[in-house]
Amino acid sequence: MTDSLPYIVAKYNYWLYVILMMIGLYAMIAKNNLIKKLVGMNIFQTAIILFYVSIGYKTDATIPIIQNAHGGHDAHAAVIHAADYINPLPHVLMLTAIVVSVATFGVAMALAVRIYQRYQTLEEDELRMRISEE
Amino acid sequence: MKFLGFIVVCLTGALLLYGTGDFSNWGDPNSPASLHLSNEYIERALEETQVPNLVTAVLADYRGFDTMFETAVIFCAGLACFLLLRDFREKKQRFYRHIPTGVILHVKNSKKVLPVGREFEHIDKDWVPSDLIIKTVCRILVPFIQIYAMYVVAHGDFSPGGGFQGGVIFGSSLILIAISYDLKILVRRIKEKVFGIFAAVGVLIYVGIAALCMPMGGNFLDYSKLAPLLPGDPHHVRALGMLGVEIGVGIAVTAVMVIIYINIVSEGRLEEGL
Amino acid sequence: MDNYPALIVVTPLLAALLAGLAAWIEDRLSYPIALMGLALSTFFAFKVLMQVIGSGTIHYRMAGWAPPMGIEYTIDLLNALVLLLVSGIAFLNLIASYPSVNQETNDRAASFYTIYLLFVTGLLGVTATGDLFNLYVLIEITSLTSYAMVALGDRDRGPIASLNYVFIGVIGASFYLLGVGYLYLKTGSLNMADVAHILSGIQGSSTVLVGFILCMLGIWIKMALFPMHVWLPNAYTYSPVAFSRVVAPLMTKVMVYVMIRLMVTVFGLDYIFNTLHLADAAVWLATIAILAGGVMALAQKNLKKMLTYIIVCEIGYMVGGAWMGNQLGMTGAILHIVNDALMTFALFLAVGNMVYKLKTIDLPDLKGLFGKMPWTMAGFVLAALSIIGVPPTCGFFSKWYLLLGALEAGAYHFAAALIISSLICAILFFKVFEICFFESLAGGHETAHGVVEIEEAPVSMLIVSGLVSLSIIVVGLYSGTIVNSIILPFLK
Repeated sequence: MTDSLPYIVAKYNYWLYVILMMIGLYAMIAKNNLIKKLVGMNIFQTAIILFYVSIGYKTDATIPIIQNAHGGHDAHAAVIHAADYINPLPHVLMLTAIVVSVATFGVAMALAVRIYQRYQTLEEDELRMRISEE
Repeated sequence: MKFLGFIVVCLTGALLLYGTGDFSNWGDPNSPASLHLSNEYIERALEETQVPNLVTAVLADYRGFDTMFETAVIFCAGLACFLLLRDFREKKQRFYRHIPTGVILHVKNSKKVLPVGREFEHIDKDWVPSDLIIKTVCRILVPFIQIYAMYVVAHGDFSPGGGFQGGVIFGSSLILIAISYDLKILVRRIKEKVFGIFAAVGVLIYVGIAALCMPMGGNFLDYSKLAPLLPGDPHHVRALGMLGVEIGVGIAVTAVMVIIYINIVSEGRLEEGL
Repeated sequence: MDNYPALIVVTPLLAALLAGLAAWIEDRLSYPIALMGLALSTFFAFKVLMQVIGSGTIHYRMAGWAPPMGIEYTIDLLNALVLLLVSGIAFLNLIASYPSVNQETNDRAASFYTIYLLFVTGLLGVTATGDLFNLYVLIEITSLTSYAMVALGDRDRGPIASLNYVFIGVIGASFYLLGVGYLYLKTGSLNMADVAHILSGIQGSSTVLVGFILCMLGIWIKMALFPMHVWLPNAYTYSPVAFSRVVAPLMTKVMVYVMIRLMVTVFGLDYIFNTLHLADAAVWLATIAILAGGVMALAQKNLKKMLTYIIVCEIGYMVGGAWMGNQLGMTGAILHIVNDALMTFALFLAVGNMVYKLKTIDLPDLKGLFGKMPWTMAGFVLAALSIIGVPPTCGFFSKWYLLLGALEAGAYHFAAALIISSLICAILFFKVFEICFFESLAGGHETAHGVVEIEEAPVSMLIVSGLVSLSIIVVGLYSGTIVNSIILPFLK
């Protein structure tokens, strides 16, 4: 146990993301209420965002905006050290993923409203009952 | 189902954790992900694009093609919400409030429409007298939020920000109007049609700028070929191209945010809602 | 000329936006715009295919940036073939759809065309791209449009089928995204060729293994391989006919293409078959998928739902072929992408014609249909024979390659499943023929909706139906040419 502790601590972000993802996935599969499932879906997608952003992090580095670059052309003479800035790519990818998850959530919400309008319930077992009754 | 779900979740978790065994430590500057492409972007982006915010540079230029489809995804979501929920049928019953006396009238005949004006106002079923403080504070706040949103869009090249963030902030200012007054006031001020057109126009600005590069002799999205069309220093043409597409993104996101909101809260009737 | 690869994908996107804008001015404008966009896209796809056959793989750099930094379109023989298939089928379906869209979605026709075009844009982009993350974004466009479309269909069941599709679709796409994240963590790159190059040096890593499994699981969920198929039958059954005609032949087939692309280009067949030992498990899974799809199809009373289970069955063919680990199996899988797209399209066209006239598609309601809709039924019979695998039709040839591949690899269980499923399909379709041909009713045609006078479907629908049926035979006769000039050079 004492051997594996530093191993876990060094990567604790990744462990956390896995736990979050499991919570979200469980809610999506096992919950009965459609809105709870939607919340689970959001947790699931947020876990992935945490994972990607963790990939981009570097110790002792700052946000990927080049400093002192406002001063016009002469500013470019300053050498840019890659080690000073964190990786911009995962942030770009996650901006896209956030937008996609918002879009999916909006559409899923609209579907839930439609289902509620038609069946007056959002519980899956009740929905199944209503369908088999008809 | 619960037990089955639990097993599936545990298996997935175990698989993912097994994969982390070979990860570099968190924050390790020498991990493969932080070396290969990352360094190239950090060292070359400012020189090549004149944009100090590397996230914007990668988002709108190196991977601008992704972002174009991302905007299309947003447009698609707005269209889907509109298509699924919008209900053009008249509401069967309406509620009116006689403003001078405060008497509320319940009209069950959908044909009968009272003249809305100084004397009567059309209200929601669960109407509550709106609070003067909330209304006033929100009215003062809205223009500031909007200016801030435009700043976030326009300054996205230099500081954290960009079209998506600015668009969401601008959209939220409009949603604030809908919350603090009511939905009808927002929809009366800005027609639903305007939002629909703006959503499409925003994406069209992006695709249009990108496509314009082809007749100018470049590849799709190659802003550098737009130099003859734009005033100013030709070095900054990529930065200007990015600003153009970010504005398009901002317009589309604003419109879609509002479309999704007004359709979901009013179940597509746009008459009453939050 | 040089910009054709980008134009294939951008033209439908542009047309979608213009159609959406035009709808606010005049509803009728959006259909011609949509038609024009897809016609141009098909033309560009054809040009690109000719160019690729003539002068080899095309690399197109988006925004002019060199590959690992920017996004690149890599169009080789396989891409080009699938691109032409997707744009062609989408275009033909749009021609045939005009009457049924007006009938089913009436006042929302313009929005229908916009979403339809965005869906096709997504499929084309998935096929053309050479970047792992770009693939994810485009998969999400196709998914989001499908969610909306499915909910537009049946008023009662559509939204529920669609929401289930949302949940499972999100899990699939997220698994793929996680897999890409694992690969990115090990390679630092997203370009397929670059990733493949770096991966060849770190094959033993457990992260790469997990990344591979996650990507495959995600794509399998999206293509509805057997235990993960639960979303497909309801989603395709309750969507509007005009949409199910394009989603049924294309969506799953494009996902099979993505799987083959990941296997061949990114991970490399050497890694999959010599380092990992998962191939047997995948072939078994495919075998079970074929049998389960067939058996579940037998239990259906609704023709459209029965066909959706046949899709589940066909997915098993292609997955099994691709995982067979030899050239014959892979050839069969790729050829089957083309053939199955055509066959399924032909079947759903016929179903579309029936729904247009009958408003219902339950098997007992189809009585006497041969007499009333002879041309539609001719197309249906031809497509059905092709699914069963009767020689001059194209379905026979791809099954033949799959069978040879299975025998060469010693996967006798897969070979047996192929033959059994052919028998099941034969039983299924002859049951339908029997109902349609022999049990004819005198006079009016009674359905749940009352007495309906039946005559043939509109000419535009019939012409498309005829063209596709013809192409089933033509592709069958020329399958040797396709294999020799496109598939084998690709696999070399």
